[in-house]
Amino acid sequence: MAAINREDVAHLAQLAHIEMSDDELDRMANELAVIVDAVKSVSEAAGDDVPATSHPIPLTNVMREDVVGHVLTAEEALSGAPDAQDGRFKVPAILEES
Amino acid sequence: MSVDTILSFEEAMEKYDPVLGFEVHVELNTKTKMFSSAPNEFGDAPNTNVNEVCLGLPGVLPVVNKKAVESSILIGLALNCKIAEHCTFARKQYFYPDTPKNFQTSQYEDPICYDGWLDIELEDGTIFRVEIERAHMEEDAGKLTHMGGATGRIQGADFSLVDYNRSGVPLVEIVTKPIEGAGSRAPELAKAYVAAVREIVKNLGVSDAKMERGNVRCDANVSLRPYGQEKFGTRTETKNVNSLRAVENAVKFEIQRHGAVLDSGVKIIQETRHWHEDTKSTTSGRPKSDADDYRYFPEPDLVPIVTTSEWVEELRSRLPEPPAARRKRLQADWGYTDLEFRDVVNAALLDEIEETVTAGASAAAARKWWMGEIARRAKLADVDPAALGVSPAVVVEIEKLIASGAINDKLARKVLDGVLEGEGTPSEIVAKRGLAVVSDDAPLQKAIDEALAAQPDVAAKIRAGKIQAVGAIVGGVMKATRGQADAGRVRELILATLGVEG
Repeated sequence: MAAINREDVAHLAQLAHIEMSDDELDRMANELAVIVDAVKSVSEAAGDDVPATSHPIPLTNVMREDVVGHVLTAEEALSGAPDAQDGRFKVPAILEES
Repeated sequence: MSVDTILSFEEAMEKYDPVLGFEVHVELNTKTKMFSSAPNEFGDAPNTNVNEVCLGLPGVLPVVNKKAVESSILIGLALNCKIAEHCTFARKQYFYPDTPKNFQTSQYEDPICYDGWLDIELEDGTIFRVEIERAHMEEDAGKLTHMGGATGRIQGADFSLVDYNRSGVPLVEIVTKPIEGAGSRAPELAKAYVAAVREIVKNLGVSDAKMERGNVRCDANVSLRPYGQEKFGTRTETKNVNSLRAVENAVKFEIQRHGAVLDSGVKIIQETRHWHEDTKSTTSGRPKSDADDYRYFPEPDLVPIVTTSEWVEELRSRLPEPPAARRKRLQADWGYTDLEFRDVVNAALLDEIEETVTAGASAAAARKWWMGEIARRAKLADVDPAALGVSPAVVVEIEKLIASGAINDKLARKVLDGVLEGEGTPSEIVAKRGLAVVSDDAPLQKAIDEALAAQPDVAAKIRAGKIQAVGAIVGGVMKATRGQADAGRVRELILATLGVEG
């Protein structure tokens, strides 16, 4: 795996909508590089014959029946919203004027 | 907004070979959502079918809906797909207010269904095979309403309102492989493909399949390349094509637009286009860019789905007869010509005619009524024939009344009037309205005597042997009895009255 550089961190920060200062970008680039190195050691232990897993516990097919359960009222759903109107969440204009 | 230059479709087809691709999203009609037990209902008051999971609140745990998984497998089987023995969910990250979690739970590297195909029958009977790349499980987003501005569109809006009732509704996204070789039939194939998918999911009973409600939504990919070139051209993806006609028109428009762009020596930009039903054209959305870096990663809150062959085979045993096979069978059973049958299909009267035939009418009589009088009245009332209010049982009963001689075709139409006005069953209406054919000779004889008296010169001609003049008297009698007489019997009685041999 290629090392993580400052540009990668800036790109990821932009994708994740996280505002980072120059100092923070420098620091995170260094820290993430160390973390990536540490994670890399896993691939030394696991050979090609070990499939990748997404979960530590060998559990599959955790499913529920199609039965209606817990529902919130609109008031409850909107109770944490910064702004609401007509029973709906109100959000700022999505597109800038062009 | 600038208007795009386009070539005529014919010119575009002369120069370029189109390649298509479709992503069709199907909303499942499960009772609950994909990952939460909140109700999956259309049309309810905003934000009343949500819980903490649909709102993406911190610390919630999604749980997979088993019925949705089974519906997805059924769709895969109906599309001749392989079913993955093991598959996982993944997070697709992006920021948009319709997605409160800031990611959509979807599938990435290992869809539950893959490598399928569907044979599409075009209008003239040509079969075109469309290869299916994958069909995967995911969840729908909330619904945005853009407020302010002049058009209600996102451009120029002051703010937007969000209803999360649709957030988390189970979706199956069906992705085709690139479709080559359709040529000038590309727009027709596009429409026929989406129609076939819609018909299949409806027939399976896994979706309400109403395009006008967004139950089936299509993104259409189009690219052009010079004939003989193997490499695909740059494609555009047209979104918001939500009727069959729009799918056909959008594909046609993009072929014409690409043709003009390529002719002018400019490269096609790989981008999203938006279809506008009002102008029958597309406009540029955002270009593919960093925003499409979705940073998929395995969903840590959901464990893999493992399918056993027992489970898959049990689901396969539930598959209904495929719609195309059913049509072949019905046409053969009913003996309709290709043209007659196509008209029935286009009028969406297959179910009604099948029920009418099953209930005892002949296939010819069923077609006569549904495609004739009922379709005519439906057109006048501006409703679908099936929604007019005439049931297959009514058609069968009217046919029986005609066959027994109780009424004739003309009276049958009056019986239909009565049915539509809610006066009861056909037999009740015949009794109430006094519509039965007059078979008692006494009142007929009276009407005949009157008609002969009214037209003495005609009576004289008939007596003199001009038998064909009898039509004028028959007409008079039929008028006097308001069509309720049997014309053949009237003729016999007139000739007998005048002592002439028929």
